[in-house]
Amino acid sequence: MAEKITDETIDYVGILAKLKLSEQEREDAKADMQKMLDYIDKLNELDTAGVEPMTHVFPVKNVFREDVVVNGDDREQMLANAPEQRDGQYQVPKTVE
Amino acid sequence: MAKEYETVIGLEVHVELATKTKIFCGCSTEFGGEPNTHTCPVCTGMPGSLPVLNKKVVEYAMAVGLAANCQIHQYCRFDRKNYFYPDNPQNYQISQLYLPICHDGWIEIETEGQKKKVRIHEIHMEEDAGKLIHDDWEDCSLVDYNRSGVPLIEIVSEPDMRSAEEVIAYLEQLRMIAQYVGASDCKLQEGSMRADVNLSVREKGSDTFGTRTEMKNLNSFKAIARAIEGEQARQIDLLEEGRPVIQETRRWDDNKGESYPMRSKEDAQDYRYFPDPDLPPVEISDAWMEEIRDSLPELQPAKKARYMEEFKLPAYDASILTESKKLADLFEETVALGANPKKVSNWLMVETLRLLKEYSMEPEEIRFTPENLKKLIALAEEGSINSSVAKEVFEQMFKENVDPQVYVEEHGLKTVNDAGALEAVVKKVLENNPKVVEEYRGGKEKVLGFLVGQVMKEMKGKANPAMAGELLKKLI
Amino acid sequence: MDLMKLTAVQLSEKIRAGEIRVAEAVQAALDAIEEKDQTINAFITVDREGALKAAEEIQKKIDAGELTGPLAGVPVAVKDNICTKGLKTTCASKILYNFVPTYNAEVIENLRRAGMVVVGKTNMDEFAMGSTTETSYFGVTRNPRNPEHVPGGSSGGSCAAVGAGEVLCALGSDTGGSIRQPSSFCGVTGLKPTYGAVSRYGLIAYGSSLDQIGPVARDVRDCAALFSVIASHDRKDSTSVELEDYDFMGALKDDVSGLKVGIPNEYFGEGLDPQVKERVLHAAGLLEQKGAQVEHFDLGMLEYAIPAYYVIASAEASSNLERFDGVKYGFRAEEYRGLHDMYKETRSQGFGPEVKRRIMLGSFVLSSGYYDAYYLKALRTKALIKKSFDQAFAKYDVILAPAAPTAAPKLGESLSDPLAMYLGDIYTVSVNLAGLPGISVPCGSTGEGLPVGVQILADCFKEKTILQAAYTLEQALRKEEQHG
Repeated sequence: MAEKITDETIDYVGILAKLKLSEQEREDAKADMQKMLDYIDKLNELDTAGVEPMTHVFPVKNVFREDVVVNGDDREQMLANAPEQRDGQYQVPKTVE
Repeated sequence: MAKEYETVIGLEVHVELATKTKIFCGCSTEFGGEPNTHTCPVCTGMPGSLPVLNKKVVEYAMAVGLAANCQIHQYCRFDRKNYFYPDNPQNYQISQLYLPICHDGWIEIETEGQKKKVRIHEIHMEEDAGKLIHDDWEDCSLVDYNRSGVPLIEIVSEPDMRSAEEVIAYLEQLRMIAQYVGASDCKLQEGSMRADVNLSVREKGSDTFGTRTEMKNLNSFKAIARAIEGEQARQIDLLEEGRPVIQETRRWDDNKGESYPMRSKEDAQDYRYFPDPDLPPVEISDAWMEEIRDSLPELQPAKKARYMEEFKLPAYDASILTESKKLADLFEETVALGANPKKVSNWLMVETLRLLKEYSMEPEEIRFTPENLKKLIALAEEGSINSSVAKEVFEQMFKENVDPQVYVEEHGLKTVNDAGALEAVVKKVLENNPKVVEEYRGGKEKVLGFLVGQVMKEMKGKANPAMAGELLKKLI
Repeated sequence: MDLMKLTAVQLSEKIRAGEIRVAEAVQAALDAIEEKDQTINAFITVDREGALKAAEEIQKKIDAGELTGPLAGVPVAVKDNICTKGLKTTCASKILYNFVPTYNAEVIENLRRAGMVVVGKTNMDEFAMGSTTETSYFGVTRNPRNPEHVPGGSSGGSCAAVGAGEVLCALGSDTGGSIRQPSSFCGVTGLKPTYGAVSRYGLIAYGSSLDQIGPVARDVRDCAALFSVIASHDRKDSTSVELEDYDFMGALKDDVSGLKVGIPNEYFGEGLDPQVKERVLHAAGLLEQKGAQVEHFDLGMLEYAIPAYYVIASAEASSNLERFDGVKYGFRAEEYRGLHDMYKETRSQGFGPEVKRRIMLGSFVLSSGYYDAYYLKALRTKALIKKSFDQAFAKYDVILAPAAPTAAPKLGESLSDPLAMYLGDIYTVSVNLAGLPGISVPCGSTGEGLPVGVQILADCFKEKTILQAAYTLEQALRKEEQHG
């Protein structure tokens, strides 16, 4: 059986994912995730002992850049997307607790 | 009876690498610059951008690892470390958890004449975060991504250190290694070397570890030493009161001399590491590894031994000179120009270190050239300038890298060797000091020094003191 | 002449022959969009001004003989998860509702170099998460054959735009079937290239190890032409692979004699609509008549593909979508108390339910204590799926299968049961897990007149084999239609 999804799990995942859920959303999320995990449990039928986890599908390796400066300066265009900006910087709520 | 405690310390040291560009994009790593001008879609986490690894980062990391006696994971990979913070534009940091580039090394430290090996658990490559500036007036913070994506290596030690002295010795060794292999300038003020301290205390003789805390935000050796002493006292107090030490991350406030817990409940500290699908693995061939190993320069312990052997320098001088790659290079280059090693060593050990301290500079910031130091030594040796003038000229050279020959000429500092001019002054001094002359004649030869001093004073320091002495004796 | 009745290759020929101006072609597309998109809603953004301006520049280059490629001068639509410099790119999400990229995706540069004109950005499931284009913040897209039905997803906008004749070709992206399934539903041809054949630089990531951009077009020839334009080796994408050559038009031969075609038994079991089954097997029959050797076989692993896919895609998505936090671009909530609350409010208001569902699942499977049991298990399963395909391609040149278990469902029928919707991806996701190329080619309609597509898969970098088989099938179907 898959992990039992509790209110605590949903709260914890909410902290990790930075999502705030309404009471209804929370209940739905609990049910949906439970259903998915029960389904995903199917993978346990498979014997994967000795199988290397495949992170990259092809054996591509050693893709490098040379250490040469190429940046231009499109600061203003990038900052134009910021919800709040000041003095050439991105403005956020105060970060010191 | 009071219990005896032992402090157990492990270090996580971040060293910024001396590449020209960032780890995953071609933006400049140059320090300073207007906010967000050294940025591009990659290092500001723009949607759709992708990282491409800077080869030099791998080479520097490998060089430091090999110099620190590490094993190399010839198949290594990058992982994402997920956490939300505004200085981290993607809200994940690309780092290495599962297969770091280097592992299982050691470096030797020496404290109070005792040698000891500190084991290195691993060295991994990762990207630096941007900079946050707090604005108290507006009650907000501002983010600058110029530092975002600057390459770092994190050197993780085993919990092998037992005191602040050992920690400082370890850090100095690390700094020397990084500087010697050219991987980093390790400037603490600019944050290019930073340490997090993991510390626990236990009763002496115990073979289990106590609960540890991690202290962040340490960017000077002094702050590190103070933080260690402060934290060890805090933990001992807790234990003495029968209260538990809580495993947590604390921020050291060096101004207040105390630490406080850092994280809020919004930080679960569950980084959900997983292999970064955007970056293929790095495979280090034997040939590549050997190439890096062969390119390693002579490291400090070997250099020190050679200085003692080849230049007959005392052990103390040899270690001071080799502690900084810059000083050692200056020394060797000046000697190579034909200067006397002991003389060069003296100038570097005494005057140079004094001035560095006075101006609170690092050896890397020395501006004078070996050519000029050699010229200065020659001027002093041939008696063209006397020792006090030499010091004065050296200070100018230190400040502005002036050519000592030119400077001496322009400021008329050359010792006056003209016997006629000297004789007139000597006569005048003798006339003005009849009492002293009498004392000398009465056998009190010590007073000659006073008379020489008077001659020097009259001639504003430019006299050749030896000639003045001879002339005084003759005329008396 | 109704320009929108031509194929893209034909249109470009006429443009290069001086019979049609690029601006006329662009205007024809803009008119078609204006007329039809009121019903279809395939576009999020139409760049009238930019397109007409680009048309003039391209016309000059064509006139000067600088642009001679097979698609020079052709208008194209681009899925709204592909970054276009200066042109809003939203991923159909509120959280990026106003985002204007400062750079072009590599495929956009490739389109530009080939002299193609981007006329607009197409609708999609939010962040490409969905199979119906109903999760878009900008409203649903409707199926061009029957507006009561969905166009499929997540590249529903691109496929519907081509299907409706608003443009002749478009770019989509495919993470778990997002080109092939809507192509099947809309009666168009869509190719999901081998992982690494097309640069992902500028594609806003969903599942980075699975995502590929691919062409959507009227027919196989246009598809091959557009694929030749967008495939490239890009140093900005570390997973980009250099191909031997980039001309796929040469593969369009009406010949499958001796081609070994495998039909996996598992793909024709329970859950497959009988009408779809009939059409797909009919297509297999046509290939056989043309000289292919068709054989049924056991591929295996099919039932594990969806759970493995949802673990991997959700895990990667949960990380890829962390950057949408209200700091650097896009939406930021108006009211919040402090930094972390700003993150939470912004993301909770900015993402739709399906995106949140996958982010939650992805965060969970990567969290401490579950990584091995879920994430690594899924990566091991992926290795086994790849192995089963390797074994199959040792025996067969191509695999033939349905693109989806059914034809397009009605609007509003799918979202209520997420798991049931996920199961609809059963025939497409394994291809992404194994990095393989796959095409969906129209092979007829159901009794209700809804299109059905057949999928042709091949081993990695065997796009030419796929295109040749698809082209041959297309010719056979046309002939049948003419005579039928």
